[in-house]
Amino acid sequence: MAPPPNRRPGFSRRAQYGLFISYVVAVGGALVGACLLLLSTFNPPAFAAVRGFFSEIVTPIASGLDWTRRGVSGIPGGIASYFGVRSENAALRAQVERDRALVDQARAITNENRRLRAMLRLRDRTAEPVVAARLVYSSASSTRRFAVLNAGSWQGVRTGMPVRGPNGLIGRVVEVSPNTARVLLILDPESIVPVRRVRDGLPAIAAGRGDGLLEIRSASAAQAQFEAGDAFVTSGVGGVFPPNIAVGRVSRRARDLAEAAPLASPDTLDFALVQQMFLPEAGQVRAPEAAPR
Amino acid sequence: MSGSPFAGLGKPDVSARANWLAPLSIVIGSLVTLVPFKMSFPILPPFGLMMLLAWRLHRPDLLKPWAPVLLGLADDLVSGQPLGSGMLFWTVSCILIDVLDNRIVWRDFFQDWLLAGGAIGFCLIGGRLVAAPLTAHVDTVLLVQVLISIALFPVLSRLVARLDGKGRAR
Repeated sequence: MAPPPNRRPGFSRRAQYGLFISYVVAVGGALVGACLLLLSTFNPPAFAAVRGFFSEIVTPIASGLDWTRRGVSGIPGGIASYFGVRSENAALRAQVERDRALVDQARAITNENRRLRAMLRLRDRTAEPVVAARLVYSSASSTRRFAVLNAGSWQGVRTGMPVRGPNGLIGRVVEVSPNTARVLLILDPESIVPVRRVRDGLPAIAAGRGDGLLEIRSASAAQAQFEAGDAFVTSGVGGVFPPNIAVGRVSRRARDLAEAAPLASPDTLDFALVQQMFLPEAGQVRAPEAAPR
Repeated sequence: MSGSPFAGLGKPDVSARANWLAPLSIVIGSLVTLVPFKMSFPILPPFGLMMLLAWRLHRPDLLKPWAPVLLGLADDLVSGQPLGSGMLFWTVSCILIDVLDNRIVWRDFFQDWLLAGGAIGFCLIGGRLVAAPLTAHVDTVLLVQVLISIALFPVLSRLVARLDGKGRAR
């Protein structure tokens, strides 16, 4: 087959110069791209405003697609629950009766716990949720793992806030625009979360690997042995993530460096919960709150 | 006049709608990442880049040499790659294809496929090197992504030929 028509300009000087200049512009554009790339490598949030503007435009489309997907995938469950609703109602009533004593007991223990903590003058920080929103799309073709949340600074979301799902930690907010926020997932190769082992409190670091798994690195001086099934929760060290949010579970026995499966999937149909940073930066702490009562 | 056997003579043998349809379809290809599935590893083919290559190989005269700069910028804004990587890699691969075009005399689809496969591999591997640290365990997944993208390229090439509508009533 003969080649399709090319950009040969013929003998016209004007067309030849035009083609030459457009190649100069292309090479210049590539160089500008290289400069922007260097800038965003050394200062990742440099172009947050530009990305935020664009994401304000496309996030409504993505929200619509997400809403459609949830609607369609909810149909089978909706039909099943329509037919099972009477028997389920009876079963649930019976369970409420059975659990009443347990709830009373738990309430008493919580009250006593609160009283004892007050006696010890522990200063508690509760992780207040800021907003519940949905992750609407992710960087599915990139080696980085970002997701976009359809709530932003107008809903109170700020850079650095942790994001969790019903099953565990999802990530934290890195860029905010008025109605959208970009979340760095814990699966991203540049994400690091301080964690501890549930069983004995062994400190460790959960870093993303980029292929959907986490890497648990021991943070203590002694050699650590990780067993398959060891669960890790956030430790609260560093002040970003509140303690005791589930992070991952070790999948294979290893020493000092183990791979773990994350407990929360970002591809959940439920809400993602944005929480306050566990300890805000020093300048933001109010004095009366810091004084023991 | 439409019944005349000479009706089409003297008109250019290319469709006019491709002028606006090509950039639009490439940007829509970039926006495919808005699909509501939150992937935990990179597996979605770079549809914007593949549409660009399909248009470039199907109609070499259509897109200006500087067009990949702007289209790459639009892709960077939504793809999650650091800003500038698409601008750089897309433009460089299009210029390389232009250079090779002047060397190659005869053409068939398998050559186009080879060029597109090389460009896809170049852009994805280059993007991985600038975006993720070298220690990240993404190389196997990236290889699978490159292979899927190369395997899907003929489909997009057919789609572009259909969108171009060349050889039909215009």
